[in-house]
Amino acid sequence: MAMLDLADKPETLAQGFAADKVQASAPDAVTGYRSFTLGAFRFSRDAYFATIQWPSRGQTRTHAIPADAFLRALMRDVAWGFFYGWVNFDHVFGTRNHYGKVDVYAGAFNGVMKEAGVDYTETFDTPLIMATFKAILHDWTNEGFDPFAAPEETGTAFGSKHGENGAAIERTRIATRRMPGLPDDSPLRDDLPVNRAFLDVPQDEPEVHVEPGFEGQLHAFNLFKYLSRSDVTWNPSVTSVCGQSLFCPTTEEFILPVFHGNDRVEWFLQLSDEIIWDIGDKNTGAPRARITARAGDICAMPADIRHQGYSTKRSMLLVWENATPNLPKRYESGELKPYPVEF
Amino acid sequence: MSTATHQTAQTAQTAHQTVFGSLARYRKGSIEVTQGSARHYVFSNIFEVAAHAAPYDKVVVGKNLEYVIETLRAEGVSPWYACAHDEFAVLMDGEVRVDLISLNEAPASGKGTVLAGAEPAGKPMGHIVLRQGHQCLLPAGCAYRFTALKPGVLLVQTILGALSIEKWSEICIK
Repeated sequence: MAMLDLADKPETLAQGFAADKVQASAPDAVTGYRSFTLGAFRFSRDAYFATIQWPSRGQTRTHAIPADAFLRALMRDVAWGFFYGWVNFDHVFGTRNHYGKVDVYAGAFNGVMKEAGVDYTETFDTPLIMATFKAILHDWTNEGFDPFAAPEETGTAFGSKHGENGAAIERTRIATRRMPGLPDDSPLRDDLPVNRAFLDVPQDEPEVHVEPGFEGQLHAFNLFKYLSRSDVTWNPSVTSVCGQSLFCPTTEEFILPVFHGNDRVEWFLQLSDEIIWDIGDKNTGAPRARITARAGDICAMPADIRHQGYSTKRSMLLVWENATPNLPKRYESGELKPYPVEF
Repeated sequence: MSTATHQTAQTAQTAHQTVFGSLARYRKGSIEVTQGSARHYVFSNIFEVAAHAAPYDKVVVGKNLEYVIETLRAEGVSPWYACAHDEFAVLMDGEVRVDLISLNEAPASGKGTVLAGAEPAGKPMGHIVLRQGHQCLLPAGCAYRFTALKPGVLLVQTILGALSIEKWSEICIK
């Protein structure tokens, strides 16, 4: 398995801690699925849809998302530990990471719903929301459906409850300290098969000629080979660490299952093939731009937008993050402009 | 589904062609703006940048506060470089040899790449041969030098330094 679940990852410890606080119903007599409560939110699913309910202006508000899209989005949010900033499942529902606490919102970043006052946000301690989201993922993911895979690679999410796929969803964001393949660092992927869409990618390794006395100090690997063997889609995983600068390449196919609004600037460098990015206003979702990136193209995602990528062929993308902890405040205060370079 | 149709579908599935870029062959993408400025996306293509750069110019193509991604046209022999922190190189086109020296005197703490002089004093650690898609560690405190027999393209992950060249208006979509 490509993912590395480190024992010292905080959310891994946390989810065990809060597992007893998850509020789940008994399985529904017809569909077989449980429903879940998290604060004032209620989550349920049937053969086709995940349904989210919340209170606002004295009424219960309801939003439905196709079950496959919902589970793909939930999978990323869980695997990334709520990632950086806003993870919009769609134009209504999502989470915002405060690194220790997480906002869950409905309509709060939808211009029309926000103006109508039918939005709702509730903040949870990370362990509770993580435990609840993982429980939903486990209950609602059926045998044969891998929410981390592209549609052509996996079975259906639809229908009544049938089996489970715990192995597919027990993956987390890969943790690399310096570079994969070094002693005491994350492993290479020689044990994983080459993805069907990357069968033409050369698998040769760099030649490393070490002088006596320097064994283990020179290090190189074939990054494109490593990516060709990724068994998941849309999952940035760290491959080099320079201070707070993280190279997080990933392999992309179909649609990024979330509309990501970052609380900082990030950059994309297209390593192979082509991705189209839909860019919207971070707060309202209003369209701003559509970017086509081909091999060698590099561009910034400003801190005031949300983005969602489309990739027909499985493609290689370098996501570049600056993990400095105080950045969200510096962007929010206006100390830093939302875009990284003026020219 | 007939057998013939099924076979056609399978053939189509295995005929994926992965498109990488190179100095000789790249197709720059585009921005369709609905609202705002195309400049805010700071969009360039590393092969185009390298095609128009002098050998081993460290052209900044990505900048996130102090951190940068630089594109280097690899051609001939580079100067000896050193750095007080780890850096990383990914070869995007061509073939490049990286020679490394364990310096007797590591560079003073500082940020970004520095020149290590014509003949850095230290012990040769060995060399690495990179081809397209290969990544290597440029360890903190070592000197390194690139050699390319044919033009190629390197990416370097580092911190903005004295050798970094910023020329955004020349390389970016406006």
